[in-house]
Amino acid sequence: MDKIDEELLETIADLHGVPEGSFNIRKNGKLLARNSDSDVEIVSKKDKDGIDIIVKPGVKGKSVHIPVLLTVGDFQDLVYNDFYIGENADVTIIAGCGIHNDTCGDAVHDGIHTFHLEKNAKVRYVERHYANGDGSGKKEFMPVTKIFLKERSSFTMESTQLGGVTYTDRKTFATVGKDAQLIVKEKILTDGDERAITDFKVNLRGKNSRADIVSRSVARGKSTQDFHSNMIGKNECFGHVECDGIVLDSARIISVPKIDAVSPEASLVHEAAVGKIAGEQLLKLMSLGLTEQEAEDAIIKGFLH
Amino acid sequence: MLELKQIGYTVKDETGKKQDILKGVNLTFGKGISVITGPNGSGKSTLIKILMGFEKPTSGSILFDGEDITGMSVTDRARKGFTIAFQQPVRFKGITVKKLLELACGTKLDTDGMCECLSAVGLCARNYIDRPVDGTLSGGELKRIELASAIAKGGEVFLLDEPEAGIDLWSFEDLVKVFRKLHDKIVIIVSHQQRILETADQIVLFENDKVITAGRKEEMFEKLSQGRPLCWRIGQEN
Repeated sequence: MDKIDEELLETIADLHGVPEGSFNIRKNGKLLARNSDSDVEIVSKKDKDGIDIIVKPGVKGKSVHIPVLLTVGDFQDLVYNDFYIGENADVTIIAGCGIHNDTCGDAVHDGIHTFHLEKNAKVRYVERHYANGDGSGKKEFMPVTKIFLKERSSFTMESTQLGGVTYTDRKTFATVGKDAQLIVKEKILTDGDERAITDFKVNLRGKNSRADIVSRSVARGKSTQDFHSNMIGKNECFGHVECDGIVLDSARIISVPKIDAVSPEASLVHEAAVGKIAGEQLLKLMSLGLTEQEAEDAIIKGFLH
Repeated sequence: MLELKQIGYTVKDETGKKQDILKGVNLTFGKGISVITGPNGSGKSTLIKILMGFEKPTSGSILFDGEDITGMSVTDRARKGFTIAFQQPVRFKGITVKKLLELACGTKLDTDGMCECLSAVGLCARNYIDRPVDGTLSGGELKRIELASAIAKGGEVFLLDEPEAGIDLWSFEDLVKVFRKLHDKIVIIVSHQQRILETADQIVLFENDKVITAGRKEEMFEKLSQGRPLCWRIGQEN
């Protein structure tokens, strides 16, 4: 592990070197380090590239780190990770991918993650994407996340794109069972010519299922962001989608939230607000002694906090 | 000493017709509490905005300790010691009470520092530090936090626009204590409340016909109690 690896790991997973507990660190398509124990088993797939992460029933308070590093250009890393979370388990999974590309070739990471949560299982899934490097090669992410939630299970997804990512197209699918809940907190920052697309499709299938998707995004420079969501209520359920965007410079944010109450018992809400920073917010912080630029930075930092 | 010389502020209405909001305002504010009162629409809040630099006067000049600050930016005035508490507190998605107070005082705050700022406005720091300054707080809470941010910032000139609005009556005494602690600063308060008028060293009365009268509290109370349209608020409360 070199200095670039360490910096990327710190940024995407708050890791200082090798973590404790179960982990799998992947670098440039190859396994760099792994620890698997009896509570959380990590095994390589035999039919394709990727791993199965099996959390045994009743395992609580454990964390699993599965960061991915890409430090070369002209490389497309396609990986399939399947998570099987046993009944009554309660774990935190820290994923994320850091790209450092100093070359003129493209570096692309396609992470296909599928989560199967058994009854009453609980997962907090933290995923950060970040890219740096001075090469002209693109730094792209194409993550696909599929989430299947059985009765009373709960899945919280905190996904953050911190910057430097040339292009991202994120797709998230979820099927929410009886009394289960999905919470998504998405934060995206784009700048320059970057483009980010996120697309959520949530099926609220079970009685009393719930979903709450909150997306906050900041687009600077000439960057573009597209937010799409499709929330379908097929039972007595509650769904909420909120997309808040701040646009600066000549950036653009397009928000298309769709809600579909298939069942008349479904209660679905969407809110979307896109615009520049409110003048009164800038004035308030400037009246505390900040310059306009410092005020803008503080507002954005708080917004994406 | 803060001096306003011939301050005018004119806007154009929908038809393009010019309308004077302030005209030829000459006022002097020294150390101590000055309360500006008067009917809605008489230009009180506009004057506060002009003093903080949010709006530029269309005529006249503002002198602070002899220096002409008429064209000075909001940031520079803030750094010179001008501090404002907004009439309508601004909401921020994501900025916490702690962060706002830290931005105000320009340094990291520990628990004791937070308590000092928030207890002055009747709030317990423990319940608020991690809460965002947004719509999840009530109007009264936002108003207190707004005042706390002004206290945390500190300064030489305090501009408080209806600081009592939305604050329950039983907390009034605490509010008055906050103002009294600032007695060695220039404190300019816009208020309609008699209990706040009573704390004043100077009262400035704005009227709709652009007449502005200023004087010591005792003189002005006498004037206010003489009837005329001035009695609109004090008369009611007596």
